[in-house]
This record gives sequence, C-alpha cells and structure tokens, in this order.
Amino acid sequence: MSDLAIRNVGMTSAMDATTTNSQRVAAGLKGRYAAERRFKAYGVLAIAFALACLMLLMWTIVSHGYTAFVQTMVRLEITLYPQDIDPDGKRDRDVLSTADYRTPIRQAVADLFPDVQGRSDQRQLDALVSPGAVFLIRDMVMADPSIVGKRVSITIPVSDDLDQLNKGYINPNVAEADRKVSDKQIAWFQRLKDRGLIETNFNTILFTMGDSREPELAGLWGATVGSFFTLAVTIALAFPIAVMTATYLEEFAPKNRWTQLIEVNINNLAAVPSIVFGLLGLAVFLGFFGLPRSAPLVGGMVLALITLPTVIIASRAAFKSVPPSIREAALGLGASRLQTVTDHVLPLAMPGILTGAIIGMAHALGETAPLLMIGMVAFIVDIPGGLTDPATVLPVQVYLWSDSPERAFVERTSAAIMVLLVFLFAMNAVAVLLRRRFERRW
Amino acid sequence: MLRHSLALAIVAGIGIAGAAEARDQIRIVGSSTVYPFATAVAEQFGKTTNFKTPVIESTGTGGGFKLFCAGVGVDHPDITNASRAITKSEIETCAQAGVKEITEVKIGYDGIVVANSKASPQAKFTVEMLWKALAKNVAVDGKAVANPNKMWSDIDKSLPAIKIEVLGPPPTSGTRDAFVELVMAEGCKKAAGAKEAGITGAKCGEIREDGGYVEAGENDVLIVRKLEENKNAFGIFGYSFLDQNGDKIQGSIMDGKAPTFENIASGAYEVSRPLFFYVKKAHVGTIPGIEAFIKEFTSAKAWGKNGYLADKGLVPMPDAEREKVGKAAQSMAAMTM
Repeated sequence: MSDLAIRNVGMTSAMDATTTNSQRVAAGLKGRYAAERRFKAYGVLAIAFALACLMLLMWTIVSHGYTAFVQTMVRLEITLYPQDIDPDGKRDRDVLSTADYRTPIRQAVADLFPDVQGRSDQRQLDALVSPGAVFLIRDMVMADPSIVGKRVSITIPVSDDLDQLNKGYINPNVAEADRKVSDKQIAWFQRLKDRGLIETNFNTILFTMGDSREPELAGLWGATVGSFFTLAVTIALAFPIAVMTATYLEEFAPKNRWTQLIEVNINNLAAVPSIVFGLLGLAVFLGFFGLPRSAPLVGGMVLALITLPTVIIASRAAFKSVPPSIREAALGLGASRLQTVTDHVLPLAMPGILTGAIIGMAHALGETAPLLMIGMVAFIVDIPGGLTDPATVLPVQVYLWSDSPERAFVERTSAAIMVLLVFLFAMNAVAVLLRRRFERRW
Repeated sequence: MLRHSLALAIVAGIGIAGAAEARDQIRIVGSSTVYPFATAVAEQFGKTTNFKTPVIESTGTGGGFKLFCAGVGVDHPDITNASRAITKSEIETCAQAGVKEITEVKIGYDGIVVANSKASPQAKFTVEMLWKALAKNVAVDGKAVANPNKMWSDIDKSLPAIKIEVLGPPPTSGTRDAFVELVMAEGCKKAAGAKEAGITGAKCGEIREDGGYVEAGENDVLIVRKLEENKNAFGIFGYSFLDQNGDKIQGSIMDGKAPTFENIASGAYEVSRPLFFYVKKAHVGTIPGIEAFIKEFTSAKAWGKNGYLADKGLVPMPDAEREKVGKAAQSMAAMTM
C-alpha cells in the first residue's frame, strides 16, 4: 500500500512535472522565438549598418569625383607660323621641342577677343587656357612636324579655375576678390560658350598622362604603371616563396617545437605594422644592397615581405582543406611523397592558394606607409619604363593629390580613389573566378 | 632548366641594379611646404628642356636634411627643400658625411594664416590674443595656471562669444614650428605677466591639449573643408590654401594687417617665413641639369612678381633681394660655415 502510494505519488508528481515542463516549454516558446527573431534582427541590422557605411563612403567619393572624368575644353584655331616655331626651317627635333608655342596660343586667344587691350587684361585673357596647352601643341608638332606653317583647329583644356567654374564648384556670386576667376574672365568664358567653342569632353588626360602640378594635365597613368610594376615584383617574389614555405610546413616538416615556433612567428609577422617593413627596406635594400630609391623593384620587394605571411597562412589553410584520403590513396598506390604533393595535393590546394595570393596583392596595392620610407611618395612626371625607374603607385597619388592646394585636385582625388577601387574590385573578381573555376568539392 | 633560369634571373637582377648606378635625373627631397613650388618648377623644367623631370619627394624639412646630409654620390639627393634655414647641427652632420659645400637659395615667403568660414564675421586678432587662446599655461595673478580661457570673449571683449576651437598642424609639421615661433613666442613676450609667472622660452610655445587646439593632421585641404562645415572653428595653414579657397574662407586680421598677397610680400603681415632650397655643390657636373634647374627656379617667369610660382601661392621676395639671391644661386656660391 505504502509502496503503491509512494509510486502513485511518484507518478503524479512525475506527471505533474511533465505537464509543468510542457507547459513551461509552451509558455517559454514564444519568448524563445522572439529571442531568435531579435537575434536575426540584430544580424540584419549589423549588415544594414555596414552597407549604409559603405554606401555613404561610395556616395561621397562618387559625388565628389565623377566630374573629374570630364574636362572643359576650348576649340582654338591656331596658326603655327614657321618664324615662331622653326625659324631655320630645318625641322630639327631639338629646335621643335624647345620652340615657343606660347605665342601662337596667345595669338589665337587674342584673335577671339580683339577688343581686349591693356597688359593686365591680356594677362587675364592668357590665363583662360591651361598653361599646359603649350606641351600638348608641342607633342602634336613633334608627332607630325608637317603641321608647322598650317592653321590647325584643336581643342585644348581651359585653365583649372575655369573648369571648376564650369562644373559649378566656384560660386560666381561672391565678391570678385574672393574667387580665383575675375568678372572679366567669367564674361569672356560666357562669350566663348555662346559661340559654341566650349566643349566638355571625356578626360582622356586623366588616364594617359603622368602626374602634374596643373590639375587639368594631371593623370594617373604613371601611378598605374608604377602600381603594375610594383605588384608584378611582389607576386613574382611572394608567390613562390609562400607556396614553398606552406608546402614544406604542411606536407614535409615534422611537427615539433621548431615548426611550432616558426608557425607562431609567421602569424606574428602578419600583424606587424607595414611601416616597419618600410624601415627594413630602407636599411637592407637601399642601405646594404644599394638599390635605387623610388624604384618599383624595391617597392615590390618590401610589399612582398608584407604579403608573405598572409599568403603563407592562406596557402597552409588550403593544404589543410585537402582531405587526407587523397594523400593516403596516392601513397597507397606507390607514389612518393613528392609525387603525392606535386601531382595531387598542390593542384587541389591551388584555388585556395591563388585566392590568398590575390587578396594579399589587393592588400599590397593599397599600401603607402612602407613606400614613404623607400622614396616612392614622390612627384614623378615621367611614366616609368622599367623596374628601376622612379615610380609611384596609385594610393600614393591619391595621397599627394589630396594634399594639393588647387581646388581642381579635390575632384581628381576622388576620381583617383575610384580608379584604385576599380583595380581592387577587378583583382577580387579574378580571385572569385579562379576559385569558381578550379574549386573541387568532395 | 630551372637552374639555368635562376642563374639568368640573378644575372639580370645584378644588371638592373648596375644600370641604376648612373643617374640622369635630379633628385630632390624635403619640405612639404616647398613641395608645391618645387614640383611646379620641376615640371616646367622637364617639359621645356631636354633633361629628365626631377623626382621630388615630400619628406618634411627635417627628413630632407637627414637624407641630404647622408653623403655624396648618386645614392643621395642633390637638392633639399626647407621651410626654415639649415641649423648648425645639420651643417655639422653634413660636413661629417663629406657634404662640405652647400649652396643656399631663398625662394620667397609663405604666409601663415588663421582663417575661418565666410559665414562668420572676420576676426581681428593680435598675436597676444592668439597666445592667450592657445597657450598651455597662461599667467593669472602672477602665477602660471592651466589655460582657463574657454571662449574667445574671455580673452578680449572685442572677440565673439564662441568656444575656442582652432584646427592646426601637429608638432611634426614645419608650419607648426613656424606658428610657434612667429605667433606663440611673440604673443608670449607681449602678454602681461607671462614672464613674471615663469612662462618664458620653450614654455611660451607649448600649445594647450584640452581640446581648444585640435591637431588636424598635415593635410591643409582637410582643415579648409572642416572650416566650411564648422562655422565657429578657426584653422591654421599656409597662405596658398587661403588663396585657392577665398570664396569659402577668410583670413583673420593679425595685428591690424589682413593676410593678403601684398601685405605678406611687403612684410606688413608679419606671420610669414622664408622658404629655401639647398644644393649639394659636389653633384653639380655629375648629375646633369642641376645648373639649368637652378636657373629655371630663379628665372623671373618662375619666382618673379608675375611668375607661375606666384600663381601657386608663393609670395616673392622684393626685386632687389631676388636679384641678389638669384645671382648668388646661379654662381653656386657656397654657404660660409
């Protein structure tokens, strides 16, 4: 009886417990679903915040910079009198390259405004067209000396101030003394506009020329070529070294304290600030080996040091993701360890290695701090023609332009950032493509 | 095969390094203040002569002297730009490394302006007021105390009742050094009671760190943009940035003189400093084009009253001084040490 009673009691209490438990579950269910919904909402919020920041960044850059892709030009009828340019008539290249192209341009502008008199007014009139127009005409003559003595119709950039006025960055309604263009210049510009001589063309100069102190002549091509050379050196050095290191550490090296120490140090190196590598480059590559300053060769070597740890870590992860069964099968069929690695593991790990390498390159593309130390933060007009020619890179160009006083460099800075971003997106797209193309799933 | 290509690569590498030994373009380092002017000359020089365009690094004045004084030879720069004169210790460092003959060329002046947004009224400062606004310690009742001035009106009733907020360059900047020397030190001398309270010498140049002075980085463009957004803030930067942005910002009047091109050139606006470049004489003749470059820099069309450097914001020297400096530069007269 007592037993039964106890059991009964036990049962009822157990039953009570189950009912209360299920009740409790039922009661708590709503709260748990709510918690899950909240958690998801936080996640979505985090993504939305990140996206909003990205959009804001892109919006600021694009809204500041899109105008830099067009340039205000003026169409001029220029007569290249031989007595100005080539008095001897020999068409000697040295004479042509140092000839006075200023006078014909001045004349052409003055012809459009015959009513303008007086020295000060004429100076203002001269300032309508870019001071760099002389170089454009010189290049034209150098390319085709037969145009000397002829009347040519060409479009040349207007001065940066007028270009900014035309793009609406200079407010013509403030007091004359407070802006870079005078009332007269604005009136003249309007007259040119009314005559249909002003054009806004795609800014080819931005993509074909080197740096310049005249915003309307400043281009990104020098920096782009510099970036290309630098990254070529970086990948040529970093890729083989990283792959060899990762292969040895993952596939051949015994797992002992030494390899652990090396592993820890590689991870540490990945966290070292890049300026430290710049100092190392200055001391070793320039100081000890006597390599030239500002050269993409040295820049590439320093950046290779910076990207090495990243690429090694990515490559090791790629090796680890190859299933051991592949190695065992290869070894079981009589392949040597080297054959196993080169014929089976490495090809399977390659997509991961390539992705790591390209992400490392993208990282290197954005570096400026270490390049400061080895002299690549510099004003370089000539397009580099080789690995030891002085060169600069795209992010450095962004930095240099951002610090220039001329108003027109503000939009060009944003434009340079856009070009740099396009470069980066292209590299990341290649990484994604390679992974898609070669990835194998088990 | 692999061995062959490796050997080839090494030989090629050495060949490239060897080719770089002979240098055919001028290398210039130094001040970021002189950089916009030196680059304008370099570009003109590269495009109008048959020499290559000089390579110009913006390393700061001190960094420039360090590189310049490291030695003689193609590995070292030929010219360094400076926003202050070379110091005695720098001359000694130079001499120790074998750089014995240096030609100093003064190129003109750079005004330092205190400016604010056009949306606010133009301010009338004296150096004394600015010192009182920005000093770390000021004298109160004969004692040096941490700067208690929070509003401009605390300093002088003529100034507006807005919070003191000045954006300026960090201590590493040459502009900051010049500001300390030309404004803070002068203001300190004039301020009543500062000397008695023991605020002299280097103490005069100490700038407050409690938020009244905001270090805005070396980028003057950024300061200008911040002034546009914050109507109550003032900024400290070079005259060329005021010149380019006259429709958005205005220079404050200093000791009764507005920071205009004419006032800086005549010396009436006193907060201005000379700019220089220094040439290594041993490199003349070895590196092609140095003499021609100096000639371009010191030509009337570059540094003259109506030259292209004036368009870039350089304040030229008076005619007589310019002629004298130009002659000395073109004859490569070495500094007396």
